[in-house]
This record gives sequence, C-alpha cells and structure tokens, in this order.
Amino acid sequence: MAELTELKKRSSQVRRDIVRMVHSQSSGHPGGSLGCTDFLTALYGEMMHFDPQHFSMDGKGEDLFFLSNGHISPVWYSTLARSGYFPIAELGTFRALNTRLQGHPTTAEHLPGIRMASGSLGQGLSVAIGAALAKKLNGDDKLVFTLHGDGELQEGQIWEAAMAAPHMKVDNLIATVDFNNRQIDGDVSDVMSLGNLRAKWEAFGWKVLEMDGSDMAAIVQTLHEAKSMTGKGYPIVIIMRTEMGQGVDFMMGTHKWHGVAPNDEQLAQALQQLEETEGDY
Amino acid sequence: MSIHDFNPTEKKDTRSGFGDALYELGKEDERVVGLCADLTGSLKMNAFADNFPDRFFQTGVAEANMIGMAAGLTIGGKIPFTGTFANFSTGRVYDQIRQSIAYSGKNVKICASHAGLTLGEDGATHQILEDIGLMRMLPGMTVINPCDYNQTFAATKAIKDWEGPVYLRFGRPSWPIFAPKDRFEIGKAWKINDGADVTIIATGHLVWYSILAAKELEKEGIAVDLLNIHTIKPIDEEAILASVRKTGCLVTAEEHNRFGGLGEAVAQVTSTHYPVAQEFVAVDDKFGESGKPEDLMKKYGLDVTDIISAAKRAIARK
Repeated sequence: MAELTELKKRSSQVRRDIVRMVHSQSSGHPGGSLGCTDFLTALYGEMMHFDPQHFSMDGKGEDLFFLSNGHISPVWYSTLARSGYFPIAELGTFRALNTRLQGHPTTAEHLPGIRMASGSLGQGLSVAIGAALAKKLNGDDKLVFTLHGDGELQEGQIWEAAMAAPHMKVDNLIATVDFNNRQIDGDVSDVMSLGNLRAKWEAFGWKVLEMDGSDMAAIVQTLHEAKSMTGKGYPIVIIMRTEMGQGVDFMMGTHKWHGVAPNDEQLAQALQQLEETEGDY
Repeated sequence: MSIHDFNPTEKKDTRSGFGDALYELGKEDERVVGLCADLTGSLKMNAFADNFPDRFFQTGVAEANMIGMAAGLTIGGKIPFTGTFANFSTGRVYDQIRQSIAYSGKNVKICASHAGLTLGEDGATHQILEDIGLMRMLPGMTVINPCDYNQTFAATKAIKDWEGPVYLRFGRPSWPIFAPKDRFEIGKAWKINDGADVTIIATGHLVWYSILAAKELEKEGIAVDLLNIHTIKPIDEEAILASVRKTGCLVTAEEHNRFGGLGEAVAQVTSTHYPVAQEFVAVDDKFGESGKPEDLMKKYGLDVTDIISAAKRAIARK
C-alpha cells in the first residue's frame, strides 16, 4: 500500500499540472479536474494493476479505467503521465494543434492509457459494462473502474446501463460518481435534481458506497472496501462527495470554474496554494 | 453471366441470411458475440442466442446501451454483432456510434434489419430511408447493403474478418434468391450483365428489380450494363468508371432517400472522374407510410417500371 503522504504529494503535483495545462491554452476544465484529483491519484497510485510501459488496447490481465465525463481530461492526462504511460513533458501540448492530448480523451491519437473516446456524456458506463463482460468471457479476474459526473447522470443512457449491469450480474465493475452538485448552468439540484441518488442506484440493484472525495485516507479505504465487494453478483457504485475546484480556494464553492481557464495572475495565485512535489512538466 | 441466368424459384428474407451466417460464425470463432435489443426473433438471431448463451447479450429496449456495450466488448478482443431494426441501429444511436465506435475505432458490426419501405405495414416510424447516408458520413465506417439471402449470408461472414466498424443493412420481406454465395468480396462490385447503352447500378432489394428492368429493356433493344454495388463505402470506383466510360449514362437504384445514399456516392465518383448523365431511382425526400411492400415500392417510385423509364431518360440525356 502506498503511503498516504506519497499519494497526497502526487495529488498536489497533479493539481499543479491541471491549472498549468488549462492556463497554457486558456482552455479546458479545471473545476471538475481538481475535484477528482485525489480519487484519480488513489486509483492509479494504490488500487489499479496496470502496465504503463506495455500499453495494450485489450488490457488483458490489467484493471481498466474509463473516464465517462471526458471533459475533466486534464486530471486524467496528468495522472497517466505521472503513472508512466507517456512523457510528463507532453502535458505541455494539451489542447494544442497536433497533440495526443486532445481537449477530450480519444483513442484516435493513440495516447497510451486511453481505450475509449469520451466527451459526449453518458456513454462510459455502457462501454465499461461491455469491457467487464469481455473480461469475464476471457477468464480475466481484473476489474473495470469508471468515473462519471453528477450532471452526466441526467443522460438517459446512464440509466439504461444502470439497469443492465445488475441484470447481467456484472460484478467486476466499480463505478464512481463525482458528486459535487455543480454543472455548467449552476447547481445540479437547481438545473435537474438527481433526487435521492443513493436510493436510485440501490433501486436499480447496485451496492452503494459513499465517500469524501477530498479525504485521501477515506478514498483509499473505500476503494479497498469496494474491491472486497466484487465478484458477488452485483455491480458497485461509489457516490463521491467532492468540491469543484478543490485545492484552489477561489475556484471552490462555485460552478464558474467548470470550463474556464485562469489568467496569468490567477495561475500564480493557484500555484501558491499547491506545493510542487515532483517537479513541474 | 447475364440477366438471363437469373430465374429464381426460391425466396427468403435477407435477415435470415444474417441469422444463419451469424450462427455459423458462432461455431467457427469464439470471439464472435451477439447483442440484441429485444428483437431476437425479428433479426433471426435465435440460433446464435440458443447455442451460444454465454456470448449472447439481450439488452432490452435500450439501443444506446447496446451500442456502448458492443464497443466495450471489443476491448478484450471480442467481435460484437449488434442487431436491431435499421432505424434503431442508426438514427436513434447516432452519437453513440459516432463517439464510442467510429471515433474510437472499435471493431463492431452494426447489423440492421427492416431497412427501407419494404418493412411495410409498420409505417414511417420504422421505415428508415436515411440510414445509409448517416453511416456513410462517419469516417472509417464501412457500409454494406446486400441484395438477397445469399449475399447477406456472404456479407455477414465476410465482415467478421474485416477490421473496423461496419454497418450491414438488410430487410424484412421474402425476396428472390439469385446472387452467388461464394463470390462476395467487400468493396468489389458484382457485374451482373454486360451492355453498352446504359449503366444501371443498384443496391439491396432494388437489384432484383433492376434485373427485371434490364430484361424488359433488352426486349426493346436497350442493352444494360448492370452492376450491383453492395458495398456503398468504400465504393468500387474502378467498376463504376469502367461501366460509364462504356455506356455514357447512368441510373442508380436504391431503397433510400435520394439524399445521402448510393446515388450520391456514385455521383461523387463520376462527377470527379468522368461526368455522365445520371437518373436517381430513390425516394424523393419523403417519409414512408403503411402498406404492402410491393404497393409502397410502386407509390414511392421504386418499381421495375420506374427503373425502365429512368434508363430511357438517362439515354436521352447522353
């Protein structure tokens, strides 16, 4: 098990990468990226088994991760690079012409670590179910993880998939919802309320866990608990309470930083709050 | 081979060609998996579902999820064949196909029955006439519209080993069986008849009507160069150009809107390399309606007589 302090150091560096990447092209989505940084750091740093030096699309014998809310690509790109999938310096090409680090993740540029394009919301859970079923057919006991935005849950396809996974006994799948109650037009509860989200998932036949997505210890503990619940005939979902913009004070407590990049002054202000632990790209 | 070689006595629906071939593929290759959105019987997927229950996924009436699952199943090396009606295989799930299959470069075979007017009595909600256009526009998508049971059988077998996403379009009605089972090649036109007066290029159910039209035209002294284009993308440019260079005029025939379908695909080839007069036998930018297949084909201008008159118009424009 990785030390919590090590994971927290990684998190701080990933957050620096995120604000710098988004600032560099004055484009991208910092809010949700910062909110999910601890989760992605724990997932890749502690939970998942993978071979970044020999990336294969099939991922046989490896745990798989699908980012369904593709707009928070900065946190995923930074996590992948810092996990050894591709050179850290390549983070500097984010959203620029001819980059492998497209605005939203894609397989089209052959960036190691990515197995599915995402950006148009609501599709990742279905894909993950397919990949999880393929693992079962292949006798592969590794797991499939996903991440979804809470606003994304307004897409109908999510609930088609939510219905299918328990019915098909997809029990090698751990989905996580980034529950920050923010979306582009405002609070999720105002734009289109999710109601009792736990009850919704439970009614569909999922086992539900909840955790604080800004507490590294809680994330690690909950992910291990979720893993211990796999293989029992049902899928698992973690409702992860997060704060959009986590780690940068002026980006927190509002939906305004969903898809807005910081200017030079704001970048400097953000970086002051985030310790450089592994060296900037 | 010429039009006189075709006097079929047997009829079968093209969808049965799909179902029978899928069952064979199931026996031959463990990577083949099937998915269906509550239309197993209509798609003739029962034999596959019954014999390979572990590799068959009933998704319920949830086509978007089915498409996403199919994309996911390729990760791990499966070759998924999805089955539902053409309308629900394309228009309903266009964005899922676009992002999760086409843009993601996934090896999914989207197999669609009940395409076009010949669906019959269910009417316009189900009679999609825009699907070829929708699928043609997606980068990297292969589009195949076979003409009878044999060709659908052969195409289903062939797409298994064709790397990349495929849209395979077939239909509901019982239709004459006339195509060779053993000479199907993706992307290669099938030359049915040699003639010097007019080229007729047909796809799907309209191939049989075009054979009948060519026989009638021959009685009037008009020799038809008849081509079956089953693979609308990538299209066989060479075969099209060789034919129009000989005849100097062209008719395209398809059970589809005149926008986006075979006619436009062929016109793009000829207008670029060898422009000739072209007449379009296709639905004139309309939705269909309830009725018997043969009555609908007449009402919407897709009958044998429509092909004959289009050929005469094309010749007159030379």
